[in-house]
Amino acid sequence: MSSKTLLYILKRLLLALLTVWVVITLTFFVMHAVPGGPFTSEKAITPAAQAQLEAKYGLDKPLFVQYLTYLKDIVTEFDFGPSLKRRGMDVIDIIADGMETSAQLGLIAAGVALVSGVVLGAVAALRRNKLIDKIIMVITTAFVSMPSFIMGSLLLVIFALKLGVLPANGASENGLILPVITLALYPMAYITRLTRSSMLDVLGQDYIRTAKAKGVSGAKIIFGHALKNSLIPVITYFGPMLAYIVTGSLVVEQIFAVPGIGRAFVSSITGRDYPMIMGTTIILATLVVIMNLVSDIMYKVVDPRITLE
Amino acid sequence: MNKNPFSLHVKVDDFIPATESEKEYMVQMRPSSTFFKDGMKRLLKNKVATVSMIIIILITLASIFLPMFWPYSYDTMLGITPGKPVDPSYNNLAPFEYGKSELELIEQGEKVFPHIFGTDSAGRDYFIRVVYGARISLMVGFFASIIVLIVGMLIGSIAGYCGGKVDLVIMRIVDIIYSLPDMLMVILLSAVLREALAPVIDGTVLGKIGSNIISLFVVFALLYWVSMARLIRGQILSLREQEYVLAARATGAKGGWIIKKHLIPNCISVIIISTALQIPNAIFTESFLSFLGLGVNAPMPSLGSLASEALNGITSYSYRLVIPAIVISLIVLSLNLFGDGLRDAFDPKLNN
Repeated sequence: MSSKTLLYILKRLLLALLTVWVVITLTFFVMHAVPGGPFTSEKAITPAAQAQLEAKYGLDKPLFVQYLTYLKDIVTEFDFGPSLKRRGMDVIDIIADGMETSAQLGLIAAGVALVSGVVLGAVAALRRNKLIDKIIMVITTAFVSMPSFIMGSLLLVIFALKLGVLPANGASENGLILPVITLALYPMAYITRLTRSSMLDVLGQDYIRTAKAKGVSGAKIIFGHALKNSLIPVITYFGPMLAYIVTGSLVVEQIFAVPGIGRAFVSSITGRDYPMIMGTTIILATLVVIMNLVSDIMYKVVDPRITLE
Repeated sequence: MNKNPFSLHVKVDDFIPATESEKEYMVQMRPSSTFFKDGMKRLLKNKVATVSMIIIILITLASIFLPMFWPYSYDTMLGITPGKPVDPSYNNLAPFEYGKSELELIEQGEKVFPHIFGTDSAGRDYFIRVVYGARISLMVGFFASIIVLIVGMLIGSIAGYCGGKVDLVIMRIVDIIYSLPDMLMVILLSAVLREALAPVIDGTVLGKIGSNIISLFVVFALLYWVSMARLIRGQILSLREQEYVLAARATGAKGGWIIKKHLIPNCISVIIISTALQIPNAIFTESFLSFLGLGVNAPMPSLGSLASEALNGITSYSYRLVIPAIVISLIVLSLNLFGDGLRDAFDPKLNN
């Protein structure tokens, strides 16, 4: 690795750290702009009890001191404070509870999207302007234009309610199939288009013609040369794909009643559970930032031709 | 014919003055074409884009004019008449069904306007709610894009013109906002802003629009300007250095002429195209937020909130989900295709 690459990685790392800090700061101050502050519950309590509560959570201190404490708790102990709606539970516990299901859902969806997207894209590129290519392009265009909640609801109506072949509840057996499909369709369509255009680009390159002229077999050209090189742009989509899956899971978990982070987050919004909103936003945002960082760095490392800024 | 092709002898016939008819033949009588006309010609040749444009225009016209003469309004609960008990027969009507008092009127020989898509669980005509929802979604998309355009253009051109330290600072801020996970920030900001804004705008004109939509606009103004600013800054930086600008200056063109004839036509198409492509994005975001309960204020419908309300009765009334779903997909799809067509027609440089 050249020193230029290292410098680039260092720069991206700094930007990522800065972004996470901005997210935490923004979240904190935005939440404290809520009328009444984030820790007010609807229940009327006596001023004495209110004061006691405020002292307990450090709300009597100046805002900036509260901010520093919040920041310190997150960085040193991963502590996001207690949930307001679920008594006795910390935000981090609730998130840890839903993490397994959500991670499973997200990773399977990402895998499905990646594999099917690359295959469809390669097929479309190899059969350019044939019927199959046109069908794939029309379908992917439609998928890209459909919001995930619409897609999820329609799949729910068709497969769970009308046909009855798959369960509507995400917590039951095979229950993750529909949520996975819902989450995977958009990134799949995107990866298909990405793979198709980069594969077409690669197929027109000189080294493909050289390989053909040398008499290399068709399969070897496709898998050894064309596919490998056309996958490089797909790496850049890893970060945005994760961001899409994270936000998509918010509605998908809601529609299919999957007991994951997304559903906990949405119910914390409707229930005005501010510490929970803060904690989840920060954790999910950090996840997305890290993934963006990783996919950016991978992109530069995999393809040495790419010039660094 | 010519036996000696390399001979230097010239034919005298070639030097006879041209007749009037020959002269006319040489002059091509074409009306002078402007940049806009050229683009429109290319756009109309693109069938997909033309069809998308027609669909968008139809939906827009319908959403503006239909509510004006439709006999029902989006927030009237048909079962409620003042001074009478609530008539539950109006709730959850299937398409083309009528409520009790309407059936009586029909028996008396009067004509009652049909409920094309039935009514919702509160007895509101569903067709007009979908039409109104489309209007809200389109409006949000359009105004959000305009806001993004204004903020982005302002900041982008400042960064581009000033350069130096101002540019550096602005572009670092842009970098950070760009790397924020936008959807999460949008959710966070709208969850808080609607609470914070509600008392401030109550009673004013803005209050009528509702705190949720206003907070959506604020969020767009805060977060989504970055790509527009980047684009416009880049345009300004590169256009200033283009050869044709130099050539125009060398042939004695004045600043005003260069701006009018070179910079604006080359910049405006990119700006219009990315604004057009921003609209479906904004509609997407609004419907997403509506689905999470952060969208428009009830009883105002948007396509997203209609879909999310429909989830409650999905087992028996799935058409109530399918209808807004189709409308929203149609709008987003045709806006996307139209935007692509615009790009191909008005900015051949971007076409890959």
